[in-house]
Amino acid sequence: MKKIIQLRTPLSKEAVSVLRVGDRVLLSGDVYTARDVAHKRLFEALKKGGPLPISLENQVIFYAAPTPAKPGEKIGSVGPTTSSRMDRYTPLLLQHGLRGMIGKGRRSAEVAEAIRRFSAVYFGAPGGVAALLSKCVAEAAVIAWPELGPEAVMRLTLENFPLIVLNDSEGRDFFAEQR
Amino acid sequence: MGKGKARTDGPVREISCRAVADTVSRLFIEANTELPEDVIGAVRSALEREESPSARQALGEVLENAGIARKEKLPLCQDTGLAIVFAELGQDVHITGGDFNSCIQDGVKKAYAAGCLRKSVCDPLSRENTGDNTPAVIHVEIVPGDRLRLIAMPKGGGAENMSAVGMILATSGPEGIRKFVIDAVVKAGPNPCPPVIIGVGIGGSIDLAPILAKRALLRRVGEVNSLDTRIAELESEILIAVNKLGIGPQGLGGKTTALAVHIEAAPCHIASLPVAVSIQCHSARHREATI
Repeated sequence: MKKIIQLRTPLSKEAVSVLRVGDRVLLSGDVYTARDVAHKRLFEALKKGGPLPISLENQVIFYAAPTPAKPGEKIGSVGPTTSSRMDRYTPLLLQHGLRGMIGKGRRSAEVAEAIRRFSAVYFGAPGGVAALLSKCVAEAAVIAWPELGPEAVMRLTLENFPLIVLNDSEGRDFFAEQR
Repeated sequence: MGKGKARTDGPVREISCRAVADTVSRLFIEANTELPEDVIGAVRSALEREESPSARQALGEVLENAGIARKEKLPLCQDTGLAIVFAELGQDVHITGGDFNSCIQDGVKKAYAAGCLRKSVCDPLSRENTGDNTPAVIHVEIVPGDRLRLIAMPKGGGAENMSAVGMILATSGPEGIRKFVIDAVVKAGPNPCPPVIIGVGIGGSIDLAPILAKRALLRRVGEVNSLDTRIAELESEILIAVNKLGIGPQGLGGKTTALAVHIEAAPCHIASLPVAVSIQCHSARHREATI
């Protein structure tokens, strides 16, 4: 097993440039949830040159929609959704400064290339183990589009959230290399 | 299919809508927080076979997650699913105090509100969330007897998206079926949260095959098709082939891409061979009760 790298958001180009596919990372700090509909809205807002509810610069988006927190708890179960559904929107977000993404599964060749071009990183989080992962989230707050219900944009404060690098800034792709 | 002794001509037994709703509610909460023992057993066996550190870590996390979810009554996965209900309704049952479909939907609403489960159902076009995780998908079968068997299956979207259905050449035989299933698993790759359970439906019609595939997922993990030895053999062959693909737990490589292949079959038209593959993630959640 490779050594584990500890990182804190926001992530600089320099911080992600040393990451390589297969590296294990423990990520701490704020990240933003956004999935299907939120991505479509972010994409359309950028196309129109309109304002975004969050700044993308050096930020990390987590493709996730947690379960509602139980009374007295900060967060419910939380884990990654399938990233490929966000592929068509991702290159534009990366062009606008998005530095990292957390999800599960493969990315398209276009996304892999955009990750290389804009010096970013795509992390995989383990799928289907959301009770376990909820222990690595200290705070959660809805910050945009509450009408989307579970798909609203939330700010999550991570503490040593376990990830693996799946696409790196050299253009390498973990799953493509495995095939 | 139904449990208990089935009578064919008995007195009518009343079951209240409220009992149905309460049972459905309890089943969805339990299904979402308690990974079935047979799934845990299959993951443990896989862990014993795996040698690669990433595969072992991924399977270890599945077991650890199941422990936390059960103890703290937390959902196993943030995707608490589209609610699928299989109901086997005895023909001597009289449902009282409301309509059967609505009381199942009420049970689902109650579970997703009270259990702090995620509401993951939306309009197919506007994508507006329905807000209470309904409507559930309900399959009802009328069976002999005076009991009602209810099976709750919260089905995650990521694995469901990797499912497939097709009408393959009628004379393709086991080879054609094997190829169709393996192609679906290869295409799915790491996306559906492997190790998966592969439900396969063969025969019937374009609508029946996927229901057979989904029903096949309700079997105990690894239990072979008891009706047809040819099918049982095909299950075993496909499982071996799938586990040679190297996709592995969480797609990180390994020997366990699937925990089991379950196939259900039905006769079909002489011109057709419908095949459906329903992919179930490792969080293989279902729970049942008989009233």
